[in-house]
Amino acid sequence: MKYALYTGCTAKESTPELLKSTLLVAKTLGIEIEILNEASCCGAGHLQDFDEFLSLVLNARNICLAEKRGLKMVTLCNTCQLMLENTKRKLDSDEKLKEKVNEKLGELGYKYVGNTKIQHFLYAILEDVGFEEISKHIKRPLNMKIAPFYGCHIIRPSKTHDGDNLNENPYKPNAIENLIKVLMGESVDYSTKLKCCGFHVDLQNTPVSEKLTSNILEDATKAGAEAIVTPCPLCHLNLDVKQRAIAKRENKDFNIPVLHLPEMLALAFGYSAEEIGLNHHVVDVKF
Amino acid sequence: MDVTLKVYRFNPNEDEKPHYEKYTLILRDDAVLLDALNEIKWKFDGSLSYRRSCRHGICGSCAVKLNGKNVLACKTPLKKAIEDFGDVLIVEPLSKNKEKIIKDLVIDKKDFWDKNKKVKPYLIANIDEHPEKENLIKPEEVEKLEDADYCIACGCCYYACESIRANKDFLGPQALAKTYRFTADGRDEAKKERLEFVDKLGIGVWDCVKCQACIEVCPKGVDPFTKITHLHNQIFEEGVAKKNVATKHAEGFVHSIKKHGILDEGMLVLYSEGVNVARHLPEAMEMLKKGKIKFPWNMPKSEGVEEIKKLVEISQTHELKG
Repeated sequence: MKYALYTGCTAKESTPELLKSTLLVAKTLGIEIEILNEASCCGAGHLQDFDEFLSLVLNARNICLAEKRGLKMVTLCNTCQLMLENTKRKLDSDEKLKEKVNEKLGELGYKYVGNTKIQHFLYAILEDVGFEEISKHIKRPLNMKIAPFYGCHIIRPSKTHDGDNLNENPYKPNAIENLIKVLMGESVDYSTKLKCCGFHVDLQNTPVSEKLTSNILEDATKAGAEAIVTPCPLCHLNLDVKQRAIAKRENKDFNIPVLHLPEMLALAFGYSAEEIGLNHHVVDVKF
Repeated sequence: MDVTLKVYRFNPNEDEKPHYEKYTLILRDDAVLLDALNEIKWKFDGSLSYRRSCRHGICGSCAVKLNGKNVLACKTPLKKAIEDFGDVLIVEPLSKNKEKIIKDLVIDKKDFWDKNKKVKPYLIANIDEHPEKENLIKPEEVEKLEDADYCIACGCCYYACESIRANKDFLGPQALAKTYRFTADGRDEAKKERLEFVDKLGIGVWDCVKCQACIEVCPKGVDPFTKITHLHNQIFEEGVAKKNVATKHAEGFVHSIKKHGILDEGMLVLYSEGVNVARHLPEAMEMLKKGKIKFPWNMPKSEGVEEIKKLVEISQTHELKG
C-alpha cells in the first residue's frame, strides 16, 4: 500500500511532530509514503478569498502530482483536505472550468484528469487498514480519557466529502471515538466536540477565535478528559499553542494536552515521546 | 411507524427553566417532522407552540433544531431522521438563548431580521416604474446568482453560524448571501455601496470563521459560504478592499506562495499584522522554545517553487495592491 502524502505547510513548519508521527504510524501499518515535496500551499481557505481561480489552479496542480504517480492522495490537515476535495469536485462537475484550468496547467506540462481519490489520513487508514489490523499493533494501550475534536473541514460540508470520509454523519461522527476505543482509551463526549475553534479569524478577530477555542477547552476539561485529540493541525495550533494565553485572558484554568491524531496512534504503538516529537508541544504531554 | 420525540418546552411566563417532554406517536411512513408536531398539538398537548405556515418549504417559518441540526420541519422526513439520528429525535428551537425564547419552539428572530434589513435586501436601480415591457435578463446572467435567490430567510444558517455564537455583530450567512444576490445581479446599481458595507471588520465578510455550518443546514441549497467567498473576490476585483489585517492576510498568501511555494507562516503573520505583530509575542516565544518557528535561513521551500511561481503569474485574475 502506498500513499502520495500532501503534508500541507504546517506539518513542515509549526507542527513538525505531526509529520514525524504520521511517518511512524504509516511504517507500522505497512504503508509506503511518497511525500509530494513539489506541492504548493493549498491556500488554506484564504487565498481563495483573494482569487478563487488561482486557488483552483494551484490545487489542481497539487492533485496532478498524485495523479502522475498513480497514487491515492492523502492529507494531514482538515483545511488542506477541504481545499483539495473542493477543487476536485468543482473540476469534475464542470467541464468548462476544467478546460480553463487545464489551459493554465498545460503551459507547465500538466493535465488534471480527476482519477485520484483524496482522503484525510484518518479516513485513509480506516478504509485501507481497518480497526482490526490497527489493533494488532498496540503495545501500550491508551488507558486514558480522551476528548475527540473533529474540526470543521473534515466533516462539513458533508456533500463535498461524500464517501471520502466514510460517509460520516456531520452531526454524529464516530471515526475518532471508535479509534480511541480500539486503542483502548476512553472516548469522552462533550458539547463542543463538533464546533469550530475559530482558527480562520484569529488574526482579524482574536477575541472570537479565543472564545470559541476556550469553550472547547473548558467543555473537554469539565467532561473529565485527560487529553484532546484532533485530526487538524490548525485546530491544534489554537488548542495547544494558544491554550495558556487564552486561559490567562479568560481567567480560566486549563492544562490539557492536545494530541495530533497520528500521535495518539504512535503512542499506542509504543513509540517514545522523543520519536513522536512530543517535545514540540506547548502544553506538556505526559503519558 | 413508531416515533419518539423529546421536545424542548419552555414558557418564560410560567417556567423557571426549560425541560423536555417525551412523546411517542404512531405516524405514516412518509410523515415529516411537522406532521409529528401537529400530531402532538392536536392530539396530546394543545399548549405546544411552534411556527408553521406553508408546509411546502417556501415560507421558512417552521425551522427548528433536530438533534443539533437546523431543519425545516415540513421538509424533514421522519424515516430519514431516524436513520440519521437514531430512535429518539430531539426537537429544539433554533436558539436556546433564554432571552430569545417566546415559548417552546418559537423564538424572537429580531436579530436575524435586523441584519437582513441592514443589507438592503432589494434591487436598487433607477428604473421606470411604469415600463412598457418586462425588464428581462438573460439565463447566463441568472446563472451568476448561483441560486442565491432561493433563500427563504428561514434562519437555519444564521442560528447555526459559529461566528455569530461569539460575535453578535456579525451580519451572518443569510444577510451576506443576500448581499451577493444583488452584487451578482447586473440590474442592481449599488454593487460598490453593498461591497463597501460588507467589507467592514467585525460585522462583514472577513469575520466568517469558515466553519461550513451554513452550507450544511441550508434547506434550499443556497450555500451561503461560497457566496461569502465570491464577495471577498468582488471586494478585491472592484478595488473596494481596505488595507487591513484580513485583506493583507488574503494577499499575503500570494506573496508567500510565489516566494516559497508553501507558506512562510511567520512572515505571513508579520505581513498581515504590520507593527501589531508584537501582540503575538507571548505565543511566538512559546513556539520558539518548542522548535515551532522556522527562521528565514531554514525556511523550507517547495521543490516546485519555480513552476509554482510561474503558475501564479499566469493564473492570477487581478493584481496585488499590497
